[in-house]
Amino acid sequence: MRTSTFVVTSVLLIAGATSALAAGSEADFKAAYAAAEAANKEAGSLRNQWTVTASALAAAKKAADAGDFDKAIASSKEAEALAKASIFQATSEKEAWKALEIR
Amino acid sequence: MRPVIHFASAALALAALAFTAVPSAVAADKPDPVADAKAFRNFFAQKFPKVKLEDFVNGPYSMNEDMHRQWEEKEQFPPYEFSLDMGKEMFSKPFKNGKSYADCFPNKGIGIRQNYPYFDAGEGKVVTLELALNRCREANGEPPFSYVKDEMAALTAYMAFTSRGKPFDIKIPDDPRALEAYQNGKRYFYTRRGQLNFSCATCHVQTPGERIRAEVLAPALGILNAMPIYRSEWSGMGTISRRFTTCNSQIRGVPLNPQDDEYRDLEYYLSYVSNGLPISGPGARP
Repeated sequence: MRTSTFVVTSVLLIAGATSALAAGSEADFKAAYAAAEAANKEAGSLRNQWTVTASALAAAKKAADAGDFDKAIASSKEAEALAKASIFQATSEKEAWKALEIR
Repeated sequence: MRPVIHFASAALALAALAFTAVPSAVAADKPDPVADAKAFRNFFAQKFPKVKLEDFVNGPYSMNEDMHRQWEEKEQFPPYEFSLDMGKEMFSKPFKNGKSYADCFPNKGIGIRQNYPYFDAGEGKVVTLELALNRCREANGEPPFSYVKDEMAALTAYMAFTSRGKPFDIKIPDDPRALEAYQNGKRYFYTRRGQLNFSCATCHVQTPGERIRAEVLAPALGILNAMPIYRSEWSGMGTISRRFTTCNSQIRGVPLNPQDDEYRDLEYYLSYVSNGLPISGPGARP
């Protein structure tokens, strides 16, 4: 009896912990995705989005829909890094383009 | 593993971007289109001293003797002929209201390609031939064509054909807005974009005549004179809009909408610096 009570309690605890972990991952994903989207939106306002950023965002969404939040978070962070690189590019090119000009 | 690789590539991209950034105020800020066009032409003439000036409009075929011979043979049965026939038929067919394209253009639309794009003082913007054609359609109750598909390519092919041999004659009126549009086009041409960190100039100024995979890159001088083009790679015709948007995608940049201001200004700049070179469109490219 004591053994079965222990097993049932353990199963419930593990289930609860797993559920809590999954909920945490989804929240992390939402935060990471929002940050990536915001960066990509800023790149859009600079008329300089990259196709690879859109692909990474789509991959993040797809992974999240499948419940794979680790992958979804990784793709979101990748998208954010790419979007920030495109912002850096647009900003630095405001002057840097002149170096290529035929004169 | 995959995210690690992507982070590494993003980091590399950032490092490359930082490396290519240069101090400001490299060039004079006051635009001088006449001086620009002269320098542009001189650059290519010096880079390719064996190429006759008017031959630059033949793009990659001007860069390589073997390719030039292939092109001459191809021109006997040109792959754009079907599009030319289609364009001629479309151009002469009246709209539902009885009017036609001829009613929208000077000289009934014949032999005027070399004057496009132009700066429209009323609108305060650049108007390209593709844009003018769709505006003509809409003004006559017809739906606009896609800027990147066959119908627009056919119409512009026919109009270019009626201008063959006429030199580009793009005007920049004495209007600060026109000068600004020209300058914006120039900036777009030289600005690096996309994950590959390429500008238009990376391929068409720095490396024309070189191969990018199997293709020989065309020089920027005269690059629009042959538009629209039949591209074997596309197995079909392509408009200027298609060329611009595809270039952006190929360097992993999200293309703008066809005929957005940036593309109109880019066409204005590129056409202006090719003033004096003959219209050769429609063309064919590998």
